Amino acid sequence: MCLAIPMVLIERDEFQGVAEIDGVRRQISVMYVPEAEVGDYVLVHAGFAIGQVDADEAAKTLEMLREYSDAMVEL
Amino acid sequence: MTADPYSDPAAMAGLLGELRQAAENLDRRLTFMEVCGTHTHSVAGAGLRRLMPDNVRLISGPGCPVCVTPVDYLDRALALAMLPDTVVCTFGDLMRVPSSTVSLERARADGARVEIVYSPRDALQMARDNPGLRVIFLAVGFETTIPTIAGALAEAEADEVSNFLLLPGNKTMPEVMKVLVDDPDLEVDGFLLPGHVSVITGWKLFDFLADDFGVSGVVAGFMPTDVVQGVLALVRQAANGSPGIGNVYGRVVTADGNRHAREIVDRYFEPSDEIWRGFGTVPGSGLTLRPQYSHRDASRITVDLPPPFEPVGCRCGDVLRGVIDPPECPLFDAGCDPDTPIGACMVSSEGTCAAWYRHERWATGAGS
Amino acid sequence: MRAPDRVLLAHGGGGRLTRQLVEELFVPALRNPHLETLTDAAVLPEMPPGRPALTTDAFVVDPPVFAGGDLGCLSIYGTANDLAMGGARPLWLTWALILEEGVGGELLETCVRGAARAAEAAGVMVVAGDTKVVPRGKGDGVFAVTAGLGVVPPGRDISDAHIRPGDAILVSGPIGDHGATILAHRHGLDAPGLQSDCGPLTGLVEALLGSGAAVRSLHDPTRGGVVTVCHEVTGRSGCRVLLSEEDLPVRREVSGVCDLLGLDPLALACEGRALVWVAAEDVECALEAMRDHPAGAETVAIGRMEEAAAGTPPVVMKTTAGGERPLDLLSGLDLPRIC
Repeated sequence: MCLAIPMVLIERDEFQGVAEIDGVRRQISVMYVPEAEVGDYVLVHAGFAIGQVDADEAAKTLEMLREYSDAMVEL
Repeated sequence: MTADPYSDPAAMAGLLGELRQAAENLDRRLTFMEVCGTHTHSVAGAGLRRLMPDNVRLISGPGCPVCVTPVDYLDRALALAMLPDTVVCTFGDLMRVPSSTVSLERARADGARVEIVYSPRDALQMARDNPGLRVIFLAVGFETTIPTIAGALAEAEADEVSNFLLLPGNKTMPEVMKVLVDDPDLEVDGFLLPGHVSVITGWKLFDFLADDFGVSGVVAGFMPTDVVQGVLALVRQAANGSPGIGNVYGRVVTADGNRHAREIVDRYFEPSDEIWRGFGTVPGSGLTLRPQYSHRDASRITVDLPPPFEPVGCRCGDVLRGVIDPPECPLFDAGCDPDTPIGACMVSSEGTCAAWYRHERWATGAGS
Repeated sequence: MRAPDRVLLAHGGGGRLTRQLVEELFVPALRNPHLETLTDAAVLPEMPPGRPALTTDAFVVDPPVFAGGDLGCLSIYGTANDLAMGGARPLWLTWALILEEGVGGELLETCVRGAARAAEAAGVMVVAGDTKVVPRGKGDGVFAVTAGLGVVPPGRDISDAHIRPGDAILVSGPIGDHGATILAHRHGLDAPGLQSDCGPLTGLVEALLGSGAAVRSLHDPTRGGVVTVCHEVTGRSGCRVLLSEEDLPVRREVSGVCDLLGLDPLALACEGRALVWVAAEDVECALEAMRDHPAGAETVAIGRMEEAAAGTPPVVMKTTAGGERPLDLLSGLDLPRIC
């Protein structure tokens, strides 16, 4: 139901685009992410981009995870 | 395996440590329910259940669209697949769901024409490529998936692909969650809310849980660290005593979600009363095609249906409500197992009963 | 070498067209003295010393031509590898094709050339063959059925019964390449860096067995993937399997395909990888011997065997996130999912 993965948008026109993850590309519909630009990360489910990945929020999460990780490594 | 920060062992250890401490301080048993099949998958896939603190229990609710698809829908899908010049396209998830007779997978051996697709657009392409064939897409799934079906429909309308139809069966979450929290037998301290449904709906949709029912919820993602973050936030909420809705999946979930997607869905679909396996009819929880799109509605095609068969003794409904654990169902591992599933909870590989069969029976010794 | 334009029913009829197919395509491609006699049965030289090993296999793959191979090479490697997994040196293969009327000559030629190339790479000879043609609609393009005869040299005994707790599990390279290639093709995923791993294991196995490492058992994880092999082994050895997710070699493209379609690399077919059970003390020796061979350059240890314990799952994986996950056998096909 919720199997969606972040992929980078490498091509787009108004409705269709191509997204990539780990060297695998697929044609997708970008009708639901009109503001996504080439280079942005979009969340892809069943051949559609259903939302955009907020780079700042992602960075915050990664930073938090890094802090936990570093703290554990120091122990 | 490639290094993935969202599964990083050290970050996991750190988060789990904090979770353990937060749970210890509470010194009471906490039960959280996740309502998304993908969360069930993630928890099982990373082996998370065993890593939870002793007083934190994660249970699965009706979050698996496959599990809650009623027998009648499958019977109709099968009957359509046997019609001449017709092919039924479906997500892989539905292939082994039991109907009154056989599953779609078994029916192929009898001549049913069934194709698995990754995207509804692939089914649309099949319709384009085969103008003499009637292509029927089995429209199941929750809010994450509904826009993808509406999108394929929009394309079919724009390009006048008249041989592409849907068998409507989509469901929405809030109504069934109301049924859950309204149930006096349900003892749940909070919900792990579906991360990708929330991408479409926005997390504010779940405010009613806290406002009207005093139950907390946290929207979480699906990587191991996401799930633990979600449970940690739920424990903290339980500790501070005032129910609320939180979001730890900010990288893709916002308060308002994807309004444009909801508008497109609304153009083609309207709410309907829908049967959920084990719950009966949940008013307003389904989506049916608006009358002006009835030409796309495969449920209007006349087919012979078998008398509906509901297995005697199946307690899927109680399992889905979180009222009983799978081994308490008389059919669990006594005729009902992942290879020969009777109820829907055993069908999806991480439906509650299947997940229990595969993982938990070892710990408890329940089942063979 | 010449293939017909299109396969006709008459090509399987035994008459002039069949003879033409054999003489103008199969024999020139598969080129060896036994095949060229074109007798009803291939009478072979005496077997080298040791115990004979015999295997049979059937090959149905859609699409018949894919990145990294085709039905032809797949069928030859698959058969030779089966023998190698039993500790046998593969010698002679039979190769029978069931063709659907109307199949294009180009596809047929690709498969035949593929088989020829594979036979040479695997060090085997295709000494007998057959062709049948079924009417259009009664087949699915090209099916191949093989038999393979080899010899297990004296003193060699490869079997799951030898596996003991503490034994290490090695894999000769990244898993799931073949399965991911086929599924990517089926579902419109474009992955230029991805191709089937189909290839010969014969040389690799000889190098390993010649190293002196105490090799208990060998398996190639074809249909059903690594997880299926592990379950078979627990049944026969009486031990349980403990894998380490962190150590599993998975190409990033395979990981991408699996993430997109909701699949598990452990459940996807490999067609050129060996799983090796070896005594713990000989792991370094085995790794060195395998990595020295081109087909085993990426060999890694992925787990170990443990004492079976009642009430514990037979196959378990320690997850990267730090948890433990029982690995169950697949129920039916492994299907792309949205949930």
